[in-house]
Amino acid sequence: MARALINAPARARRGSVIEIKTLISHIMETGFRYTQTGQAVPRDIVTDFTATYNGEEVFRARLYPAIAANPFISFHTLATESGTIELKWTGDNGFSATEQVRITVE
Amino acid sequence: MLRTAQLIVAVSLAVALAASEEIPLSERHSSYQDMSAETRAMQDHDAENPGMLWVLDGEALWQTKAGKAAIACAGCHGDAETSMKGVAARYPAYDARRGTAIDLAGRINVCRTDHQQSPELARESRDLLALTALVARQSHGLPIDSDEARLRPFIDAGRAIFTARQGQLDLACAHCHDANRGKKLAGITLSQGHPTGYPLYRLEWQTLGSLQRRLRNCLIGMRAEPYAYGAPEYIALEAYLMWRARGMPLESPAVRP
Repeated sequence: MARALINAPARARRGSVIEIKTLISHIMETGFRYTQTGQAVPRDIVTDFTATYNGEEVFRARLYPAIAANPFISFHTLATESGTIELKWTGDNGFSATEQVRITVE
Repeated sequence: MLRTAQLIVAVSLAVALAASEEIPLSERHSSYQDMSAETRAMQDHDAENPGMLWVLDGEALWQTKAGKAAIACAGCHGDAETSMKGVAARYPAYDARRGTAIDLAGRINVCRTDHQQSPELARESRDLLALTALVARQSHGLPIDSDEARLRPFIDAGRAIFTARQGQLDLACAHCHDANRGKKLAGITLSQGHPTGYPLYRLEWQTLGSLQRRLRNCLIGMRAEPYAYGAPEYIALEAYLMWRARGMPLESPAVRP
């Protein structure tokens, strides 16, 4: 599975706004490039990113070929209760990666 | 008239180069200081630094058995965090057995062929960069420590290449990175050319790359013929540049625009 770096607070105060930063290893090949012999390099990108907080979707992004390799996505959400934030990336050629972070809300 | 003008240009360039002595130690700084706040933040936070993806890959490779000897790096060297501390700060180093200078990626390949009995990893391949990044990471913040006594001939050879004109533009490395450092070349600031962060993540490359890849980049810009990866000229240049940056802290894996 692709490597990902996640930066999320392990603890937060109930009702506070938290930031979750993610970075995933992916080449993000645009599909617009050609090899030296003129063959098109097929597109290979991450197309979707979803974040769920205890099963509820809190953030979603669609990605396109102009986004750089190893895409960095950060978003904010409200710390409602302790639990798990699940991050899921899907893309071309059946690409799929999932990461989970635990958060304690007090 | 034209000839006179050419002569004046040639003479003034020659004077500029002759006057371009090495940067005084007190005036040296890393290109980190020329970067935007955003790019600095990217380098500073491990969870935002894309170079750390390679370090993580390197950690996995460090534990993976390889070659006929079926031994992992960790089999001999144990925990990289302790055994590799400060190692990258000393490279390129003198290899007494081979009687030549060797860079960090070259050393990793020697380990592979001699001890693991496995084929060399290709220069700039993801695995070699990952292992190099892992080892370099363990010297983060430590001062560059060039083995001047034994590397002297290589440092001198590197300096000779650094100050020699080459390529269709007839430029030497020193024209930009000594004589005109800090000035602008179109939109970019000419760096002092201190290799403090390699292997580093270059946003332009969208990947991690070695110092040799960066040197190749400069050579192509000068319209000179780049050397083959691993060539003695590169090792000499690396030895000279690391000596030139002696005492400066390593930042690997750095991020550069």
